[in-house]
Amino acid sequence: MSDKASLMQPPAPLADVGLQRELAALFVQALNLEVQPQDIDPNAPLYGEGLGLDSIDILEVALIVSKQYGIHLRADSQENQQIFRSMRHLAEYIAAHRTK
Amino acid sequence: METIPLLSHGSPTAIIAYRGGVPITAQEFLADAAHLAQRLPDSRHVLNVCADRYHFTVGLAACLISQRVSLLPSTHTPQVIAQLAAFAPDAFCLTDDPRCDIELPQVYYPGQFQGSVTASAPTTASSSFSVPGIPTTQLAAIVFTSGSTGTPVPYRKTWGLLARCIQSGAPRLGLSDGLRHTLIGTVPGQHMYGLESTVLLALLSGNAFCAERPFYPADIAAAVKAAPHPRVLITTPIHLRILTMSEVEFPPVDLVVSATAPLSPELAREVERKYRTSLLEIYGSTETGQIAMRRTAETAAWRLWPGVRLSVADDRVYAQGGHIEQRTLMCDVIEITGTEEFLLHGRTADMVNVAGKRSSFAYLDSQLNAIPGVVDGAFFLREDSTGSAGVARLGAVVVAPGLSAAALTEQLRLRIDPVFLPRPLLLVEELPRNAAGKLPQQALQGFAESQMRTEEPP
Repeated sequence: MSDKASLMQPPAPLADVGLQRELAALFVQALNLEVQPQDIDPNAPLYGEGLGLDSIDILEVALIVSKQYGIHLRADSQENQQIFRSMRHLAEYIAAHRTK
Repeated sequence: METIPLLSHGSPTAIIAYRGGVPITAQEFLADAAHLAQRLPDSRHVLNVCADRYHFTVGLAACLISQRVSLLPSTHTPQVIAQLAAFAPDAFCLTDDPRCDIELPQVYYPGQFQGSVTASAPTTASSSFSVPGIPTTQLAAIVFTSGSTGTPVPYRKTWGLLARCIQSGAPRLGLSDGLRHTLIGTVPGQHMYGLESTVLLALLSGNAFCAERPFYPADIAAAVKAAPHPRVLITTPIHLRILTMSEVEFPPVDLVVSATAPLSPELAREVERKYRTSLLEIYGSTETGQIAMRRTAETAAWRLWPGVRLSVADDRVYAQGGHIEQRTLMCDVIEITGTEEFLLHGRTADMVNVAGKRSSFAYLDSQLNAIPGVVDGAFFLREDSTGSAGVARLGAVVVAPGLSAAALTEQLRLRIDPVFLPRPLLLVEELPRNAAGKLPQQALQGFAESQMRTEEPP
């Protein structure tokens, strides 16, 4: 509503480092990635160059995200492109939408 | 001249597709196809990459009625596109994606097309309903496999071969009983299975397909829920596995069809039980098209399409009869158990199938070894790599002094489909070739495993 109210709000978690680390560990384990979780660049793209995930991996990611955080990803949502831009974007999306 | 009609829908108002939930009639579809055919460039070969299944199907039909040939490569890497352009120098790309970066002359699928028949295509909006007959000998499509030498191998598909295959298979699937089924596909129309089981099946058995291609479990559930009964989900073992593991609530579905890779009987039974449905699995190959099916939850035996027969010669299995125009060598290990029945025992040694994409070690190795700086290199199958999607992945061992794994991966990305990219790509000093210079898969797997162990951090 007013500026005062928004000033009282805690800042949005721009970079939830703990969640990013948790996701990186889940990814490496579930997808057999040849990197150490701490070596994943949180700003690198998940698709193609960067982490090099393909569409099968993305389905695995969808499963992780639904089981761990109770979020059912949808391809037709406007956010879908955003979500997979990087580990950081995915973590932000999960932080904002998780149900568990 | 013998012809087979483009559609089997008997009335102009019969529904052939749903797009965003909106039904599209046979007449609208034919008008859209005729309209598009008039707008296509004066070339014979078309790479139709439209992601919307309705756009793809209109593109395919436009080609069929104007004697154009659809090109269906297995991937769209820059190298394969360049090879396609060399194969068919007149080829152009029909796309519905403004971000399409395929290096061919591009034709954009016309906007505001379907549903505006009378406004945009007055010449074809007449009240008469006449379905074009396509000559059975007309070359309809060329499907490419990656081959073993580095050059894609073309398989020429006549309309007769494609259409008769569907006409044989539809009754086996119970989809030509006059009920109007709605087909929901998680596979693209450009893949042989998607072409046959979503696009051509709808056209030639009086059914309707959904234009969307749902990807995530929640998408698939929503697409099935939105489709009119009886509804059929056309999908793959990967999607079924992810679907059954996800916590998405699934709507009733009347039939599930799976292909591209063998489905385990356990997963088949789970799908049937969980979704209270029947699951039919289809077997086919690029060379023959679909030739058999089974109810995987109940039997391991495959039943051939009517008229198709298998025979053995020189320890190899061949298929012939039915829609198959000439005797064709099968690339799988097949045990014939009856005139109409067989068992499948996996792929022949050199074949690789990752998530429905087929290749051979010979091809992948030749691509790897063609990279400047690579002295020796070989791909191997990682038996341990099956994740929850149940997909086996590949690794590679490479001798390439001075090159990094990342640099090699970037080079490979230009050449081969991403599902085949090695994970891991291990840099070694020498490959464990035997005295004859051969590199058996088993030796390679053992060698790679020992390399991976030594690379692991303490």
